[in-house]
Amino acid sequence: METATKQSFDVAAIREQFPVLKQEVNGYPLTYIDNAATSQKPLRVIEAVNHYYTFYNSNIHRGVHTLAEKATNAFEATRKSIQQFINARESEEVIFTKGTSESINLVAATYGRQNLSAGDEVIITGLEHHSNIVPWQMVCEEKGANLKVIPVSDKGEISIDDFKNLLSDKTRIVSVAYASNALGTVNPVKEIIKLAHQAEAVVLLDAAQAVPHLEVDVQALDCDFMAGSFHKMYGPTGVGFLYGKRHILEEMPPYQGGGEMIKEVTFEKTTYNDIPFKFEAGTPNIADIVATKEAIGFINELGRAAIGNYENDLLAYGTQKLQEVDKLRLIGTADHKVGVLSFVLEGMHPFDVGMMLDARGIAVRTGHHCTMPLMERFGLEGTVRASLAVYNTKEELDVLIEALKKIAGRIK
Amino acid sequence: MSSIADIQQDIIDEFELISEDREATIFYIMELGQKLPEMSEDLKTEDNIIKGCQSKVWLTAGYEDGKVVFQADSNTDITKGLISLLIRVLSEQTPDDILNAELNFVEAIGMNQVIGSQRTNGFNSMIKQMKMYALGFKTKEQVNQ
Repeated sequence: METATKQSFDVAAIREQFPVLKQEVNGYPLTYIDNAATSQKPLRVIEAVNHYYTFYNSNIHRGVHTLAEKATNAFEATRKSIQQFINARESEEVIFTKGTSESINLVAATYGRQNLSAGDEVIITGLEHHSNIVPWQMVCEEKGANLKVIPVSDKGEISIDDFKNLLSDKTRIVSVAYASNALGTVNPVKEIIKLAHQAEAVVLLDAAQAVPHLEVDVQALDCDFMAGSFHKMYGPTGVGFLYGKRHILEEMPPYQGGGEMIKEVTFEKTTYNDIPFKFEAGTPNIADIVATKEAIGFINELGRAAIGNYENDLLAYGTQKLQEVDKLRLIGTADHKVGVLSFVLEGMHPFDVGMMLDARGIAVRTGHHCTMPLMERFGLEGTVRASLAVYNTKEELDVLIEALKKIAGRIK
Repeated sequence: MSSIADIQQDIIDEFELISEDREATIFYIMELGQKLPEMSEDLKTEDNIIKGCQSKVWLTAGYEDGKVVFQADSNTDITKGLISLLIRVLSEQTPDDILNAELNFVEAIGMNQVIGSQRTNGFNSMIKQMKMYALGFKTKEQVNQ
C-alpha cells in the first residue's frame, strides 16, 4: 500500500517536463539512470536559456543600458535563489564557478596556498572524487604539507573514530564529500565539522552528490565552504557554486585576475573588488546561470523532503530487487545513502555490462567514476553505477533488473 | 588459409543476419570473445599492452614460415570478441598481405555504431599495432637476406 504522500507525488507529471526522456534508444524506451553523472533538464530550464538569448542577452554588471540591467538582475536573482537554497546568511557568500571541480580548485589555490605551510595536514576521505583529491595533492606538494586519508570500511562508510585519530593540531583543512558519487554513502559531515572546528581546521564539503537529494543548510552544518554543481540537479552544464563564510572569503586572495574582480587597476597596483566579485574574473556563463534559477525552482516546488522520500523509496526497491540477479554484488551498502546503486557482475567487466544495458536503452555509468583510490580499496577496476533522480520509476528499475538477469545468464 | 578478403566477406555475411539487432550483435561479439583462447599470464606484460584502449588489451606476435601469428587478450569479453575478429582476419597471413590489407569489414558490419567512438579508437590502435608487427617481421627478414 502506498501512502497518501507518495500518491501525491506525480512522477508521470514530472516526466512530462523532461523532453529528453520521451525517446527510444536502440529500439527501447530510454531508461536514464546516469543521474550522478548529470541529470536531465526540465523544459523550464531549457526555455530559460532560450529566452535569455532571444530577449535580453547582454553582458552584466557594468552596462547602463536596459538589456544589461535586465541580464544583471536575472543573474543576481539566481545568486539570491542559491543563497536561499543552501541557507547562506547572505548572497555575497555565493560565488559562481564552472562546477564543483572549479570550486574546490579555487579554495585549494587561494585559501590552501595562503594557509598551508610545511608539515601542515589536509584530511580527506577514501571515498573522494578525484576533484577532491588532486587539488589538495597539488597544493600540499607546493607547500610541503601532507594529505591524510580517512579509511573506508567494507560497507563503504568512514568512521568518526578514524577521523579523530587523524585530526591533530597540524590539521588545517578537512575536505570531504557530503555524499559519495561512486557508492552513494552519506558521510557524517555534521560531526566531522564539529570536531574539525574544535581542532581549529576549516571544512569544505563537496556537496555535488548531496544537493540534488538532501536538504542542505550551510548554517546548520556550519561548514566553512561548500561546493556543488547545478547540472547534477536539473540545471544547465557549466554552472557551479562555491559557498564560503564571509570572513573567510574576505581574507582569501583572488583566484584569477581579469575583468569584474577588480576595484581599480593602474600599472603600479590593482585593488580587488569585494566578494563575491573578487572571485569571478571574466564574463561568466550568464545564460546558464540565469536558467539555473529555474532548476532551483523546479526542486523547490517539488520540495526536497518529498524528493528525498521518493528517491529513498526507489533506492530501497532497487537495492532489494538487485539481490535477485545472479552473480551480482552490490558495492557500497552504507546505512545512509543517496540514490546510487553501484555493483559488479562477477565474471563480467563493467564496460561489457554497460554496453549490453545500452543495447536495451538503459543509460548507466561504468568504470572507476573518477574514484580510482576507492576502486582500488575494493580491489575493483570499476563498477556499474545506476544513479537515480526524481523522474525515475520502479518500472525503470524493473527494466534494469530484467536486463541484468539476461546479461548474468551470459556469463561463462 | 583463406585470403584476407575472403575472411572479411565471411564475417560480413555472419553479421548480416543480426545487423538489425544491436543486442544480438553485442551478444555475438561477446561470445566470440569468450571463445578466444586465453593468453598465458607471462605474456600479459606492460610492453604488450596496446595504448589508447579503454579496456586492457595485450597483443603479441610470432613469425612462423613467413606468416605472422598473433595472440591477444583483454580483460573484457566484448573487447576480446573484437580482437578475435582481427585475429581471424590478420593472423597467419604474410607481412605484405597484412600491410596491404584494407579492413573493409569494420565499416561493413557497422562496428563503429555498435561499439561507439571510444572503442573504435582502441580498435584502430589495435590494427595499427598489428601492422607494426608485420612491418617489423618484414624488415627483419629483409635485413637477414
